[in-house]
Amino acid sequence: MSLDQPPLDTSPKVSDEVRKTTCYMCACRCGINVHMKDGKVAYIEGNKDHPVNQGVLCAKGSAGIMQHNAPSRLRAPLKRVGARGSGEFEEISWEEALTMATDLLRPIREKHPEKLAFFTGRDQSQSFTGFWAQGFGTPNFAAHGGFCSVNMAAAGIYTMGGAFWEFGQPDWDHTKLFMLFGVAEDHDSNPIKMGIGKIKARGARMIGVNPIRTGYNAVADDWVGITPGTDGLFILAMVHCLMRAGKIDLDYLARFTNASVLVNEDPKSEQFGLFLRDAEGQPQVIDRNTGKLAPWNGKGVEPDLAATHRAKGVTHRPVFHQMADRYLSDAYAPEAVAERCGISAERIRALAADLARVAFDEAIELDRPWTDFRGKKHDKMVGRPVSFHAMRGISAHSNGFQTCRALHVLQILLGSVEVPGGMRFKPPYPKPATAHPKPHGKVTPGAALDGPHLGYTHGPEDLLLDTEGNPTRIDKAYSWENPMSAHGLMHMVISNAHAGVPYKIDTLFMYMANMSWNSSMNVGGVHKMLTDKDENGDYVIPNIIYSDAYSSEMVAYADLILPDTTYLERHDCISLLDRPICEADGVADAIRWPVVEPDRDVRGFQSVLCDLGARLGMPGFVNEDGSQKYQDYADYITNHIRRPGVGPLAGFRGNGDDHGRGEVNPNQLDRYIENGGFWLEHVPENAAYYKPFSMEYQDWAVKMGFYDVVQPYIFQLYVEPLRKFQAAAEGIGERQPPEHLRERLKLTMDPLPIWYGPLEDDQVDLDEYPVHALTQRPMAMYHSWGTQNAWLRQIHGHNPLYVPTKIWEENGFKDGDWAKVSSTHGSIVVPVAHQASLNANTVWTWNAIGKRKGTWALDEGATEATKGFLLNHLIHELLPPKGDGLRWANSDPVTGQAAWFDLRVKIEKSAIPNEAQPAMPAIKSPVGKGPSELDWKVGK
Amino acid sequence: MTQLPPPSAKKLGLVIDLDTCVGCHACVVSCKGWNTENYGAPLSDQQAYGADPSGTFLNRVHSYEVQPDQGEAQLIHFPKSCLHCEDAPCVTVCPTGASYKRAEDGIVLVNESDCIGCGLCAWACPYGARELDAKEGVMKKCTLCVDRIYNENLPEEDRQPACVRTCPAGARHFGDLGDEESDVSKLVAERGGFDLMPEQGTKPVNKYLPPRPKDEMPEFDVLAPYLEPVASDGKGFVGWLDKALSSLPGGAK
Repeated sequence: MSLDQPPLDTSPKVSDEVRKTTCYMCACRCGINVHMKDGKVAYIEGNKDHPVNQGVLCAKGSAGIMQHNAPSRLRAPLKRVGARGSGEFEEISWEEALTMATDLLRPIREKHPEKLAFFTGRDQSQSFTGFWAQGFGTPNFAAHGGFCSVNMAAAGIYTMGGAFWEFGQPDWDHTKLFMLFGVAEDHDSNPIKMGIGKIKARGARMIGVNPIRTGYNAVADDWVGITPGTDGLFILAMVHCLMRAGKIDLDYLARFTNASVLVNEDPKSEQFGLFLRDAEGQPQVIDRNTGKLAPWNGKGVEPDLAATHRAKGVTHRPVFHQMADRYLSDAYAPEAVAERCGISAERIRALAADLARVAFDEAIELDRPWTDFRGKKHDKMVGRPVSFHAMRGISAHSNGFQTCRALHVLQILLGSVEVPGGMRFKPPYPKPATAHPKPHGKVTPGAALDGPHLGYTHGPEDLLLDTEGNPTRIDKAYSWENPMSAHGLMHMVISNAHAGVPYKIDTLFMYMANMSWNSSMNVGGVHKMLTDKDENGDYVIPNIIYSDAYSSEMVAYADLILPDTTYLERHDCISLLDRPICEADGVADAIRWPVVEPDRDVRGFQSVLCDLGARLGMPGFVNEDGSQKYQDYADYITNHIRRPGVGPLAGFRGNGDDHGRGEVNPNQLDRYIENGGFWLEHVPENAAYYKPFSMEYQDWAVKMGFYDVVQPYIFQLYVEPLRKFQAAAEGIGERQPPEHLRERLKLTMDPLPIWYGPLEDDQVDLDEYPVHALTQRPMAMYHSWGTQNAWLRQIHGHNPLYVPTKIWEENGFKDGDWAKVSSTHGSIVVPVAHQASLNANTVWTWNAIGKRKGTWALDEGATEATKGFLLNHLIHELLPPKGDGLRWANSDPVTGQAAWFDLRVKIEKSAIPNEAQPAMPAIKSPVGKGPSELDWKVGK
Repeated sequence: MTQLPPPSAKKLGLVIDLDTCVGCHACVVSCKGWNTENYGAPLSDQQAYGADPSGTFLNRVHSYEVQPDQGEAQLIHFPKSCLHCEDAPCVTVCPTGASYKRAEDGIVLVNESDCIGCGLCAWACPYGARELDAKEGVMKKCTLCVDRIYNENLPEEDRQPACVRTCPAGARHFGDLGDEESDVSKLVAERGGFDLMPEQGTKPVNKYLPPRPKDEMPEFDVLAPYLEPVASDGKGFVGWLDKALSSLPGGAK
C-alpha cells in the first residue's frame, strides 16, 4: 500500500453553541460547558473559568449526557393504582396531581401541621425547601445530612465554625504534608483530585488513613490501614505525643482558641465545668499584661494559657490545663492504643513526629500584614503547612462526632487552621455555632413554624421537646437521644412514622432520596413499614408523595409521584444561604438553567412547590391578594428576599453591579448566564487567612452580607454546650433527661474530645462477628444514579465483596466464590474478590451498585440486580436489644448520624446461588426498559 | 500490507503519571463522550441497559495490585489507550491501508471508509489498545483527538486531547515527545518515564511515569528532636508551659 494519507478535516465544527450551567451528577457542583448541536446536547466538558473545577470534569460529569437521556426518566405525574410496592401506576395530569396533593395537605396544615413529614434527601435547595416547610408549619423537615456526614459538619461548626468540603479545604498551594482520612469521594470530588495533583507536582507528601487502599489512598505516599471506628483513638494518641513533646503552637492557642478560657473546677458548683464569665456574659481569661481577669476579646488582652484563678473558694483553670490532664494520660499513649487501632506504636509516633517536623520546622511566612480582633497588628502571616481532610469515613460511626472533634482539635493544636499551608475556610464560612440559628419546632395550626427548622443547640433549653418531654419532631431530632442533631435524622422517619412514635403522621412527602433502598438501613423491614396496614386495612403510613426524576426503587412505594426534570432542564441556585460552592480565596454562587426544555410532562420540583405553596395559601408563597407569589423557581431565585439586600443569589444584584448585598435585579439570571452560570468575588489578600480573627476579613464579610455585624470568635477546643448537656445528665438544671439516657449522656457529651468504642461493639458478640464491613462510593458513580447511565454502568456494573488476605485464606476462597455474610440483623449471599491492600479485619464493597429488579429501566437480568448487592440488609436502624426493654438507635448519640460503618459481620463460604441474596421480587417499571443498543451521536 | 512512514520529527503522544492517577475514569468517559460525537462512527454500546452491557471505549483504566517484597500491598491505576508506536505493528499488518501512521506527527489512525473490520490490527497490537465497534464493524482506536489538537474552532487552550483536558488530578500530559525541550520530554527525563513492554520492539511514543516509592518509614530517631518529652503528666506540663510561655514574644514578665 502507498503512503498516501486520506484527507482529514482537523478543524471540524465543534458545536452550534455552548451553554454553561452547573453539573448535578454528584454533590460537587462543578461548572460545565454543554455543547449543543441542532438544539440537542452533544458533549459536556468542564468550565475552565469555574471556581470549583477549573475546567476538569470527572467521569460522572462527562457522562451527564447519558443521564439526561436515560430511559429511566419519569414522563408524567403518576397515581398509584396497584398495591404499594407493586409499581403499578397510571399517568395523570399535573392538575389532577396537584389537586390530589392539595387535598391531602390542606386539612393537615389547618389542623395538625406536624402530621406532614417533609424530607428532601440529596436536595441542593434546602434553603428553599426549608422555607416552604416553615411556611407550611410542620416541624418535620430535614434533608439527608443525618445519614451522611452531620458528625463532621456539626463537630466542625461547634469547634471552629466549619469543617471540610463546603466549609473548608487544605491550602493546596502551600501545604507540605496532607493527611487524608476516609472520604466519600464525591464530597469535593474534583477539588480533592486537583489538590492531590497539585501537591504531588510540588513533591509534597500525602498520608492516607483508611482501612481500604483504593482511589486517593492508592496514590498516598504512606498508607495507614486503620481499623474502622478507631480514628479518634489514633488522633488522640498523636495529640498525646505532640502535647508531651510540647510540639503545639502555644501563641496560636493562647490568642485564637479557648485554651486560655477559665473553667470552674468545683464539682459542688452549679457552674462546674462552665466558663467563668463577666457581667456581660463574656468568658474570662487571665491577661498576661496585668495578671488579672479580662474578657477573651478585650482590646490588647494577651490571654494566658497557664495562669489559674481562685475566687469565692472556687478554682478556675484554663481549658489547656484540662487538656494536659486528659491527653498526657497513659490511656492515650501509642502503646495503649496500637493494637486496637491496628497501627504500631512506632508508626503512630513516626506520624506524630512528621506532623511536628513539618508544622514547626517547615513553617512558612507570607508578607501580609493583618489586624486581629483585639487590635493587635501582625506584620506577617505565619503558616504551619500541615493539612487534613476527612468526611464520612470517620463520621459515619456512633463515635463519629467526638472523632471529628478530635481531628479538628489536632489541627488547632498544630496551629494549622486558617493559616498558610493549613486548612482554610471558604466564605461565607467560618461561622461559629453561635452565629447559626437555633432549632425551631413550635407548631401553630394554619400558620408558619416559629422559625427555621435546623440549627445549633447550646444547652438543654434549646431542645425541641413538648411539655411532657417528648420529642417535637418525628425523627426525634434535638431530643435527649441526640441533642445536637443539626441536620435531622431522615433515616429514622419511616421507622418512627410506622411505629407512631413519638406520634402518628398523615403524609410522608419526600424528594430525591431512595429511602426504600440504598439510603435506608434494614431494607426489607422498611418495605414492610411502607406497605403495612392497620386493622382497618389502611396503610399505617397513610399517604406518601414522592418526587424524583427517575424510576428509582422508592417510586413504587409512593401513592403520588411528582416527576422532576433532569439537571439540564431546570433552574436551580447554588446559594450562599444553602450549601455554597466557594473557594478559600473567593466567594461564589451559581445557577442551573434549562439548557434544553423537557420533552416529557415533567416539572422542576421547586417550581411545583411554588405552585403548591400558593394553592395552600402559605405565607411567603402568596401575594397580599392571595395570588401566587412566585410563578416558578426562577421567579423565586430572582425575587425572594431573605434579609434586607440578601437573596438566594449574591451576584449581579441591583442594577447588576452590586455584589453580596443589593436590591432585586430582574435580569439577574441573564447576567449569570452571560457570566458562565456562576458569580465569583475574590477575598481581599489581607483577609485571606485568619478569617475568624481578622478584622480585614470580618469587615469584608459584613459588606458582602454573610452576616450583619462583625463577629470575631475563637476556636472552641472545649465546647461548653456539650458540658451543659452533660451537666443536665448529672442532675443539674430544670430540664432533665430521661433516666435511661443519663449515663450515656454523661459519657458522650464530653466537652473535650474523647474516644469510646462504636456502640454496636457493646451489643454484639465480637467473637462471633469479628469482621468490620464498610462501603465506599466509587469515583465514577453517585449513589443509585449511576446505574441508569449506560456508560457508567460499564465501569461499575456489579460489586464483589472485597476480602483481605487473612480472611480469604482462612475461608479457602477462590476466584468466583460466593460467601454468606451475616450480622446480628440478617444475612446476604454475595460474590467475593481478594484484595491484599486492605485492613486485615475489614471487608468492603461499592455502595449502591446493587439494584432492585424492575427499577431504573434496566433489564431484570442486569448484573446490578443479579450479582450486585447492598450491605444495607445487614444494618438495622436500631441496635440489637440489650435486655433493658428499650431499643437504641444505631446512630451517634450526639448528632443522631447514622452509624453505617459500625457494622460487624461474620463470613463463611457459600454454595454459588443463582443470584445475590436476598433476591426481592421485581417491581413493575413505570417507564418500561431502555433500548438494547446505543450509538449516541446528535450531530450530522 | 501497509507501510510506515519514515520516523517523524514530531512525535505527539501522552505522558501518564502513575504516581498521581487515582483511577477515577474521568479520562475514560470524557474520551467516550468526545469520540462518540466526533471522529468517525459513534462508539456504540450493546445491551446498554441489559444483563451484560459492553461498548466501545478508546481508553480504559485497569487497576493492579502490587505486593512489594516488604511492606503493604499497593494498588496501581493504569490507564491504557493507543501508544502511537513508532514501529506500529497494527499499521504494517493492515491489509487495506486503512490503518496508518501520520507522517507529520506520528498519530496512528484508522481511515474507517477503508476498514473492513478484519481485526488483524487488534491481534497485532500487543497492548490490546484497539476495539472493533460491534455495531459499525470498523476498528476504533485513540486518535489523540486529532480533531481537537489542531482545531481552529476551539480556543487555543482547549487544543489538547479530551482525556488530558478533563483529568482532575493532572495525571495526563500531552505534547511532542520528539522535542527534547518540550514539557513532556522534560517530565519523562526528570521522573524516569518508561516505555510499556519495550521488549515488543514497538517503540511506543506514549510514556508512563512510575509511582514514587511508598510507605517508607523515616530513618531518624522519632523521639529526638521531634517528640522528645517535655513533661509526662499534667502537672509537669503546666511547669513546662510557664517556661515556654515566658519565652514567647511579650512573655517575659
